[in-house]
Amino acid sequence: MANDPIHQFQISKWIPIEVGGLDFSFTNSAGFMVATVVATGAFLFVTSSSRGLVPSRLQSISEIAYEFVASMLRDSAGSQGMRFFPFVFALFMFILIANLFGMFPYFFTVTSHLIVTVALAMAVFLIVVIYGFWKNGFGFLKLFVPSGVPVVLLPLVVAIEVISFLARPISLSVRLFANMLAGHITLKVFAGFIVSLSSLGFVGVVGSVLPLAMTVGLTALEFLVAFLQAYVFAMLTCMYINDAIHPGGH
Amino acid sequence: MTGGTNPDKDGKSETGQSGKDHLTDNELDARSQALEDALSVRRRNKVQGNKENTSGSAGYAQALRLSSEFIAGILVGAAIGWVIDKLAGTSPWGFIVFFFLGFCAGVLNVMRSAGVVAEKNVVERDHAKGRVPGDDNR
Repeated sequence: MANDPIHQFQISKWIPIEVGGLDFSFTNSAGFMVATVVATGAFLFVTSSSRGLVPSRLQSISEIAYEFVASMLRDSAGSQGMRFFPFVFALFMFILIANLFGMFPYFFTVTSHLIVTVALAMAVFLIVVIYGFWKNGFGFLKLFVPSGVPVVLLPLVVAIEVISFLARPISLSVRLFANMLAGHITLKVFAGFIVSLSSLGFVGVVGSVLPLAMTVGLTALEFLVAFLQAYVFAMLTCMYINDAIHPGGH
Repeated sequence: MTGGTNPDKDGKSETGQSGKDHLTDNELDARSQALEDALSVRRRNKVQGNKENTSGSAGYAQALRLSSEFIAGILVGAAIGWVIDKLAGTSPWGFIVFFFLGFCAGVLNVMRSAGVVAEKNVVERDHAKGRVPGDDNR
């Protein structure tokens, strides 16, 4: 079991709850989601509560996070997009902190489960579609009709555009999920090599330096991926929100 | 951006003007455009500064991103075709046709996210700002 790289993703029930034959158990996944939200909220609240004009170190972390997401959103969706700032910021912080929580040994990585990332991606997708139609009416459909395409090719191009639009939530969720899953499995496999090799005696112990170096390197890479994936997810969310605000591309 | 004015962004530069009545729309447009250009240069510097940190694994992230875009396109195309076949009983033609359409959409997505084909929405805004399409595309 120590060597099973999949074991870390198993869902276990902390508090079994069953309502009307449906399973509403409070699992380790739910527990870590709550922990993520509480940690993020508490950190932001505590660090920003002093409201120093000259920020302390922790306060400047929150301010950097705010600035980072705000400039990302303003760059891709314009100042009209700023009304979605709470959503994008919450999304970014949740994914970032959930990914970083996953880096603690024995912690559960919430974002390594497809159902969680799909839920996040569907939230983005539904907001884009609903806001797009609410704001632009049927003008939102202009999104699927690129300008300057010959009428003969139009049905084909529109079909392709629609498919590529529908593919967004899938690629958004699968990317985050696959990155976290693959990274954690690789980490575990290489760490497992150290244990198996060092049980082979002296030669094995010497040889296990190689997977150890690899594990150290991968850990650093995983921290980077944790940040990068939160960034990519938020970045693409901003671009999709831009589509909802300016479907005709003006 | 209709009218070329963004109240939130450009408000500060314009509220200082007292003789607003003898500024024509064109002049205002030109001013806000100039401000926009100046801001976009500053912002780009900022964004590039952020990017420096992530350049190490940029290739790895790009690879995963491109493959997920491609696969998602094919999956959605195939799924749509399969549903159409189920509803209309045209098996296997809907699946075949939409599989290929999904393939096209996947290739289109990959080229968009790689910056080979610029995203149609981003293009015009970026031209207005004097930015390279696909600049902020990672």
